[in-house]
Amino acid sequence: MLLKIVVMTHILLGLFSLMTLVERRVLAFMQFRLGPNRVGPFGLFQPIADGIKLFFKEEVMPAAANTWAFFAAPMVAVTAAFMAIATVPYGPPFTLPFTTIQVTPQIADLDVGLLFIFAVTSLGVYSVVLAGWSANSKYSLLGGLRSSAQMFSYELALGMSFVGVIMLAGSFRISDIVAAQGGSVLRWFVVRQPLAAIVYFIAAAAEVSRTPFDLPEGETELVAGYHTEYSSMKFALMQMAEYINMITVAVLTTNLFLGGWNPGLPFLPVGGLWGVAYFAAKVLFVLFVFIWLRGTLPRLRYDQLMHFGWKALIPLAALNVLVTAAVIALWER
Amino acid sequence: MASIDRLLQFVVSEVFLFYVFALAAVASALGVILQRNPIHSAFSLIVTLCSLSAIYGLLGSPFIAVLQIIVYAGAIMVLFLFVLMLLNVRREEPSGGRAAGAAAIVLALVLAAQLCTALAGAGTAPAAGFDASTPSFARVLFGARFVYVFEATSILIVAALVGAVLVAKKEL
Repeated sequence: MLLKIVVMTHILLGLFSLMTLVERRVLAFMQFRLGPNRVGPFGLFQPIADGIKLFFKEEVMPAAANTWAFFAAPMVAVTAAFMAIATVPYGPPFTLPFTTIQVTPQIADLDVGLLFIFAVTSLGVYSVVLAGWSANSKYSLLGGLRSSAQMFSYELALGMSFVGVIMLAGSFRISDIVAAQGGSVLRWFVVRQPLAAIVYFIAAAAEVSRTPFDLPEGETELVAGYHTEYSSMKFALMQMAEYINMITVAVLTTNLFLGGWNPGLPFLPVGGLWGVAYFAAKVLFVLFVFIWLRGTLPRLRYDQLMHFGWKALIPLAALNVLVTAAVIALWER
Repeated sequence: MASIDRLLQFVVSEVFLFYVFALAAVASALGVILQRNPIHSAFSLIVTLCSLSAIYGLLGSPFIAVLQIIVYAGAIMVLFLFVLMLLNVRREEPSGGRAAGAAAIVLALVLAAQLCTALAGAGTAPAAGFDASTPSFARVLFGARFVYVFEATSILIVAALVGAVLVAKKEL
């Protein structure tokens, strides 16, 4: 158990640092640039260089800042991010190669797994609120208010969007939801719940403030949003929480809609390390889509964002719940 | 090695965790009323709610624990904080005179007496067959006894929502 936690944390941190590099390189490729390619082969050591640089940067704190809240914000952000990802499965149980040790790649399999993740990510909003308020700077406060309003609004659509999935799977437990998508690709919830999948993905992108919903960091108007006043390792922690949240969303999208570790085609091998491989491939694909979106779409205006969330996504999600419930009541019972 | 093992076992034991979260809940609840800065009070309240949620989890009902966080800590407190931050509420100065203080003490004593009688009347731990898991909770909530109350509450909340939209509409 303890070992699993240590291994998972390190895989996550590795993926996080790799993502910072991959994101910059892929974006550069999309924009006909080269991106960071000086440190190590293909710039692979760039994250390490960034980390060292951030460690040695001077720690600046605004004189008028509220000390404890200023310190607490990055901690809350990282804690919430890691707690959320502790309850998702990363693949089917498998035996370690060359041994007989059985491993379930999941830290805690909760009865209410999906709800737990939802609850913990909703606590992540507080890091934004704390950071925005404690710095006592107008850019931070505006960024914090915007950001928390955005996260709060899209949380509703996010929560509504996976109700249909829960109804079809009949469980909050994520491994049950994955099991409900076994067999053909037609059993995946992205096929059976297309509307929910679209609403979920849009709301999730907004929830983790990715482009086109990265208004909290609208650098042209707000400097850097709620983490304007953060420097050095605190800034790195904020950044880390953002990337970990993005990985959580990618993992959840895979589990809820893309069939988890099911290959989807009947002739492919199932289970064991194959499952972990399919799972990893899907997660990486979703992460790539996030970067792709960032390279493609412009940022929304703030009022458009709010209108879209409240007047388009939430009604659509509610409609999906109604239709799914009707279909289950009429056909499946 | 054995002593480390024992320490780990103690740290994750139910009793130890209960006292940790109970202490956190009481300390943060005191923080809610003792602090002058309303935003600090709000954050203390969030800590209280989270500790209570952890205690629900220890009592064997993860569903209630998670709901406590989603509804109170995740939704209602965000709105509270939002209003506090938007209105930029200043430090609260002590208000009211001697009479108000005396009334507060009397009311607090009444409340304490009520709590004590309620606690004295309550039984001890539930019987062995007690089950607080999600399915059994759902069976009770949607069973014949509570389903109408539950539906009535939902209608009440929808009505409140419609009312809120109507009130806000005048301003739009």
